[in-house]
Amino acid sequence: MATKKIIGRTALALASASVLLVFAVSFLPVRFVVLWTDALIFILCAMCVGFAAYASQHEHLRAPWREVARDRVGVVAVVFLSAYLVIGLLDSVHFRMPLPDVKQSTEQQYSNDVLSVLDWMATPVREGVEKSYSAPFAAHLYVKETVDLPDGSKVRLYPRLQHGGAHLNNPEQERSGDILNTSLLSVIEGVVVWAVFTALLISWLARRHHRSVSEMFGLVMRGRTEIPWHVILLTTAILILLAILVVNLSGKYHIFGTDKVGQDTFYQTLKSIRTGLVIGTLTTLVMLPFAILAGIAAGYFRGLADDVIQYVYTTLSSIPGVLLIAAAILMLQVYMATHPELFETAAARADLRLLFLCIILGVTSWTGLCRLLRGEAMKLREMDYIQAAVAFGVGHFKIIGRHILPNVMHIVLISIVLDFSALVLAEAVLSYVGVGVDPTMNSWGNMINSARLEMAREPIVWWPLLAAFIFMFVLVLSANLFADAVRDAFDPRLRRSGLRACL
Amino acid sequence: MINYIIRRFFYAIPILIGVNLLTFALFFVVNTPDDMARMNLGMKRVTPEAIEKWKHERGYDKPLVFNGSAAGSEKFTDTIFYDKSVKLFVFEFGQSDSGRDITYDIKQRMWPSLVIALPILLIGLLTNITFALLVAFFRATYIDFWGVVLCVTLMSISSLFYIIGGQYLVGKLWHLVPISGYEEGFDAFKFVVLPVMVGVASGIGSGIRWYRTIFLEEMGKDYVRTARAKGLSESLVLFRHVLKNAMIPILTGVVVILPLLFMGNLVLESFFGIPGLGSYTIDAINMQDFAIVRSMVFLGSILYILGLLLTDISYTLVDPRVKLA
Repeated sequence: MATKKIIGRTALALASASVLLVFAVSFLPVRFVVLWTDALIFILCAMCVGFAAYASQHEHLRAPWREVARDRVGVVAVVFLSAYLVIGLLDSVHFRMPLPDVKQSTEQQYSNDVLSVLDWMATPVREGVEKSYSAPFAAHLYVKETVDLPDGSKVRLYPRLQHGGAHLNNPEQERSGDILNTSLLSVIEGVVVWAVFTALLISWLARRHHRSVSEMFGLVMRGRTEIPWHVILLTTAILILLAILVVNLSGKYHIFGTDKVGQDTFYQTLKSIRTGLVIGTLTTLVMLPFAILAGIAAGYFRGLADDVIQYVYTTLSSIPGVLLIAAAILMLQVYMATHPELFETAAARADLRLLFLCIILGVTSWTGLCRLLRGEAMKLREMDYIQAAVAFGVGHFKIIGRHILPNVMHIVLISIVLDFSALVLAEAVLSYVGVGVDPTMNSWGNMINSARLEMAREPIVWWPLLAAFIFMFVLVLSANLFADAVRDAFDPRLRRSGLRACL
Repeated sequence: MINYIIRRFFYAIPILIGVNLLTFALFFVVNTPDDMARMNLGMKRVTPEAIEKWKHERGYDKPLVFNGSAAGSEKFTDTIFYDKSVKLFVFEFGQSDSGRDITYDIKQRMWPSLVIALPILLIGLLTNITFALLVAFFRATYIDFWGVVLCVTLMSISSLFYIIGGQYLVGKLWHLVPISGYEEGFDAFKFVVLPVMVGVASGIGSGIRWYRTIFLEEMGKDYVRTARAKGLSESLVLFRHVLKNAMIPILTGVVVILPLLFMGNLVLESFFGIPGLGSYTIDAINMQDFAIVRSMVFLGSILYILGLLLTDISYTLVDPRVKLA
């Protein structure tokens, strides 16, 4: 009964919080826009929260997650992934700013630009557009321009940037000192923020474990806790320091330079995070119902259903994935070009293309999971407990729902996390091939693609590549490590193959 | 054996028909030929006459599946479906939207693709298996641990960065080989080295890890324990017993992609300017040449199904326990 009470209370709290949020939000002078992918992301988040609440009440579901939490590499990956997730979620709340009332009309007009909370937070970086390329931390443009001097003569020189390092009088001498000062200040700020975070965390832990704060502090620092909190604290320390450093510096400089049209590269990389996350998660969400239903149905019912489902997935998987995606996206392009009236804003158009890309990626990638589930369902239906259920006259759908589905969920989960990193990498390649996300949408693939054209330039423009590389690499690496930890925890048979098993 | 192959062959036919119908639906039902014509001719200010002309030149002005105005069997043969889809079964790819003979292009372009893809496969296989054996030999030590860490790191880098990095370092900075291009005959060597190196490097991380898992799984089996118990040295166990038995899962992975080597690697070929089928496909996608993309989808499926067939046959060759009836 106690568990039901807790679930009830959590649900009540969540419901009232969301009602309050909607209430508060309706007073803001902006018009909220829910894009298709936004809606799906929020549904996904709600599902995750719901599952977490459910799992926390059931020991057999909690145990493997605790195993993941004990894995040091795993928790580091989780901390990094959550940082990405926060940025991605901030970038998923979209709205349109009200326009200043010029026509004196009664109805409020809204801007055609769809902004996200992240855009709004990064307004100075977003609007600090230069003329063209500029190197990281530069105060001057990367290309020479002809400038009129006050006395009427013309010279070719590297003009000052309008935003990057604009606060300096004499960039050559002051710049490094200024960067150093800002960094030092940021480090101090970061240490303070981290100290507060640590104090809060440890006092929470102390309350939870009924120990004194100093005792808990000692345990955490010596790494004697079940979950490696000292590793988590160290990782968050690095993340907080980096975040504050980046926020402070990007207010003054373009820390990853600017691109051809003078947009801040760092801002573009931040925006690309959402694209990567959407492709990595929504693709799986889209294909999951089909894969689970078809796989289990084929394995459980056998016979005609099995033949049909096997035929469908063999046919689909025999078309090379890239080609099927290319064909589908080409057709989508034609459709979008001939039906321009369907899309209200450019963002909605790009968003629908992203969603469609997820769907078509899902169509090409569900077959593997389906095959796995079919095999597992075939194995499970011969189990004694299912035979017993059949003998008792339990209906097929009840057996599937109660006995088969819970027993294949670990396979589903492992394949979700394993697919994630592959999908993020696939986005870049597809964008290069020309069948990825909309060219106007920020994505790592588009960044690499446009930077590639500048490879022949002398001296080379390397910073968009570097920015995309760092952000993509960290995301994919964390996802890979997290996937390993999850696989080790959920699949006892494969336990030997993971990282931890090496030692 | 022969019976089995014939049966498998017949089993492939419904799948190919499925692929064919799917591509037909994708290319002609989702969008009408009118839409394609408008897209290809530029969206604005297209006269209906221009569209008709474009469609007529490419044979898209026929009815989709049933031609009521034709006589006799031509009711079915004088249609887009028969012309564009059914003929694919006899490898008649027809003309591309820009008027070139696709079959001729494919025959010309599959060899450069193979020149790149085959060395990547062979060299990659050799390096991956060697390193995987090494890591498996030192399993549960720090060498193993850091080896796997390195593999995961290499896996996490997008293949695009391998290409860009390789081109920049080897081609631009050190001037060892040309950055891109291709020549026939033995001159091809200097153009092929870099793409092959990059191709091998980008697959090394996941490759080593995959083979390591296979080896470790094999090493947990009873016959390995027996071999150790009778006093064989660890390296002998590894090379004589484990490697041989691990060949079966390794073979499955390799044989299935053998026919697909002709299709080439899309990204690699277009970055390095290799005139293979991969860059052919990319060019077709960028030029929105639907006829070529349609042909490549079908060709790819045929080659994949052929790969599956070859895999089954090769099973019987390496594993006497497998009997095909």
